Order: sequence, then structure tokens, then C-alpha cells
Amino acid sequence: MRYMLLVYSAEPPDGLSPQDAERVRSGHMRVMEEATRKGVLLGAEPLASTSTATTVRMENGTALVTDGPFAETKEQLAGYYILECEDLDEAIEWAAKIPTECQGGPGCIEIRPFRSIARPAEPERVASQAPI
Amino acid sequence: MDDIRLAVESVFRQESGRIIASLIRISGSFDRAEEAMQDAFLSALASWPEKGIPENPAAWIMTTAHRKLIDAVRRERTRNEKQDAIQYHAANASLVEFEAAAMEFPDTQFPDDRLRLIFTCCHPALNAEAQVALTLRTLGGLSTPEIAKAFLVPETTLAQRLVRAKRKIQEARIPYRVPSADRLPERLAAVQAVIYLVFNEGYAATSGTRLVREDLCGEAIRLGRLLCELLPQQAENIGLLALMLLQDSRRNARVIDGKLVTLEDQDRSLWDRGAIAEGLALVEQAVNLRHVGPYQLQAAIAALHAEAASSAATDWAQIAALYELLSDRNPSPVIVLNHAVAIAMGGRMEEGLKRIDDLCSAPLDEYYLLHASRADLLRRLNRWPEAAAAYQRAVSLASNQLEIDFLLRRLRQVEALARP
Repeated sequence: MRYMLLVYSAEPPDGLSPQDAERVRSGHMRVMEEATRKGVLLGAEPLASTSTATTVRMENGTALVTDGPFAETKEQLAGYYILECEDLDEAIEWAAKIPTECQGGPGCIEIRPFRSIARPAEPERVASQAPI
Repeated sequence: MDDIRLAVESVFRQESGRIIASLIRISGSFDRAEEAMQDAFLSALASWPEKGIPENPAAWIMTTAHRKLIDAVRRERTRNEKQDAIQYHAANASLVEFEAAAMEFPDTQFPDDRLRLIFTCCHPALNAEAQVALTLRTLGGLSTPEIAKAFLVPETTLAQRLVRAKRKIQEARIPYRVPSADRLPERLAAVQAVIYLVFNEGYAATSGTRLVREDLCGEAIRLGRLLCELLPQQAENIGLLALMLLQDSRRNARVIDGKLVTLEDQDRSLWDRGAIAEGLALVEQAVNLRHVGPYQLQAAIAALHAEAASSAATDWAQIAALYELLSDRNPSPVIVLNHAVAIAMGGRMEEGLKRIDDLCSAPLDEYYLLHASRADLLRRLNRWPEAAAAYQRAVSLASNQLEIDFLLRRLRQVEALARP
């Protein structure tokens, strides 16, 4: 099952100190190395801060372009991981390892499964034993 | 026919949790499992009047439910195969394996399945209301209208809650599994919290015209027993069951002629001695496991009340000491409040009152029991006008009619005394 782990982080004006930035960076490196070794990592990217964000909304066929993120919230999307996990518990274990203060402040991880467009879910027991 | 209906109902009451738990494991779907179980009980109602009640009704239902599940999966397969011929071989091969899995054990007992089920229903990724509803629906075997009625929410709201929870389990793939040893304590605490929440809603209904909802208390105790049976070495499981039994033992004394009676004024001969004896034995059993926790401490407090021959004979010093231990572990304002009351009742009235006054600024200021407790201590200190003001505040915050009536009676008493 593929999960997207969205990293949300508060953005204090002064950002991270160099030491903290290094700590966060090495925290992500550790997670990515471990996830790669275990064959779980499908993708991970950090995002630039929301000061670079642009929102586009279609209204009556016209693209309405505005500065800034879609919602003014305390914590902003700072990056993501895509992981292949057995189930939600495994995804939660990974989420607990990922540093969240990417933009400088404390944060959290939102876990979302990818929407499956395939047939309705098979009984698990069958699915795991199917030869294809 | 009534005999048959009773027999079916009794199997449902006792076995539905076990049956649904195993059907969910095999099918990987709450909905499919529920459907198969329902079909099996309908079959029983249809065939038992003619063929007689089978020797082992529970096994009959279990076997039939498994067959219904296989039929349903087969039908689904046929539909899918028509859509997707390439999948045919794979689907067919695994169907054989699926059937083997489904038929291998209807007679054997798999207590583990109920344990899986309880951890899935109480998974922290589901919200608290959903956890409660799902637990009562599957393990408790309560119907959606029954649960809706118990929690005073519209049936459609509750049905939606269940649908959303089941969808999340499926789509986010919340596992059907007993958590690993290192996660067990926190996950077990979540299960205990759900059971205690059900009990508390029954013990002192937050709103409505009844104080006690025996049905919910009984259901919570049943779930507590199940948890003890499934994980017997967990001291807090035993503590929780003891706590619920001891609280529930006072049921018949708490409301007389539609009026709330305080612990102090209760007729202790109305207390359920059987429940007390069982509760006390469980407290001892839990303590012997030497792993103290909040439920055991609360059970020990309830035990001291249960053992006191009269209100005056209550060992308030010991109760205050237990509340102190409790608030060391979990300094929640409600526990601090109870601690303060125990200190006051033990004779240190002014100190207890001061501790309560200190809480009035906290988020607890909206909690009616804070003001009711404060009013009661002021009443005992003959400080009538202040007591009246506190009772008024408590009345404005309470939502259960019996509690409001009680507070109003007390309010009138102190108001009469306050007049010069």
C-alpha cells in the first residue's frame, strides 16, 4: 500500500539556525537511507518555503492567480515522502522517525493513503496468496 | 417460534462478537463480515423452526456464516471475472485457497480474532466517537439504532459515523492485528479508555432525563470481562473491571423515587453485595500483579467506599492518599478536584476548599461538579450565601435533569438558611 507522508512545519520568520538545519537534514538522510535499504522509499522531496507559493484557482474558466499558500494555517506543507508500507501502523512508525521542523518550527506529519483506482479490495488473505 | 427466536437471540448476544471477528479476519472487510453474519442468523430463523434447534447453535451459525461469506465472495468473483478475463486464473486459484481458509476452523475457537477486532476498533487513527460506535456495534453486537439511542444521537449520524470508520479502516488499511509488544501498553490504554467511556456514559448520562443507563454500564462491564479474558495478565484490565463493578454496585441506591441520592445518604443495604465481593477480589488480584495504574487506584478508592459500613466510617485519609498517587501520575484537574474533596471530607475542610478555589480559574471552571463540590463544602461550613451562589453556578452548567433537580433542592435549602 502506498502512503504519502506530508510533512507540515511551522514557519517562524527567522527559520532554522545552521546547527538545527544540519540536524534536520541528517534526520531526513537517516530516514531516507533506512527506507531505501528496506525497499520502502518511493520518493521524497523538500519544498521551498510558502513565501514562494502561488495559488491558482479556476473561476468561470479564468485562472485566478494569487500570492501565497491556499490556506493561512499555522503549519505549512514543507515536503513529502512516498512510502510503500504494509499497513497504516507501519506508516505511523515511519512518520514517527521523520523530522518535522523543516521550515524552522515544530510540526506534524499527515499520512494519506493513495487512492486506489483498481477493483474493489480483495480479501486480504486471497490477495496475498494470488500468484499474480 | 418464540423459543426459536429466544435461542437465536441468545446465540447472537453471546457469540456475535466471536463470529464477526473471525469473519472480518477471513474476508478483510467489516461490511462483508456483517452481511454474512446477518444472513446466517436469518437462515437460523428460517430453518430452525422446521429442523429444530441444532445441538450446538453457535457452531451452526458460525459454519453457516462462513458459507454465506464464500457465496458472497464467489458472486463477486463471477462479476469481476466477466469484466476482466485475464484475472480469471488467478482469481479462481485463490478462491479455492480462500474457501479452504474459510472452512478450516468454524468449530475451533479463535479468541485471538476478538483481540484483533478490539484493537482495530479502538485504533487511535479513528476518532473517539467512531471507536466507541464500532466497538459496541461489532464486539457488543448492538444495533445501530440501539447505539444511537444510548448516546442520544440521530440514527443517521451514527450510521454515517460507522460507514466513515469502516471506510477508513479499509482505505487507509488499519491493520487487523494485535499490536507488537512495544506498542501494546499505549494501544491497550486506548481500548480501556473506550470501555470506560461507555461505562461512564451509562453511569452518569451527560444529558437526558435518566441518570443511569444500565444497558451501557452492563455492556461496558461485559467488554471489560472480555478484555480480562483475552489479556488476563494485564493488571489494568483487571483494575478497570473491578472499578466498573464497584461503581455499578451502587446502582439501585443512587436514584430513589426519581431523585438522585448522594453517596453519603445512600441506603447501603441496597448496594449489590455480589458485585462488591467480585470487585474487591479483583482489586486484590490486580494488586498482586504488582503493576499499579490509574484504573487500579480508582478501583481501590471505590473499594474503600464499598467497604465502609456507613458514610461516617469512610476512610477518607486513605482515599485522599490514593488520589494523591493518582494525581502524581495524571495531574488532571478532575483528579485534583476529587483529591481536594477527599481532604475536606477527611476533616481538613479549609484546605480542601482552598484547593478547589485554586481550580476555579482553570479550564475546569465550566465543569459543574467543581461548583457542586465547592457548594457542598461551603454548605458544610455553614457559609450559606456563598454556597447558594456556587449551587446556582453548578445548576447553570449541569445538563442531566436528575442532577439539576438535586442541585436545585440543595440550592433552596441553603437559600432558606441564608435568609436572616
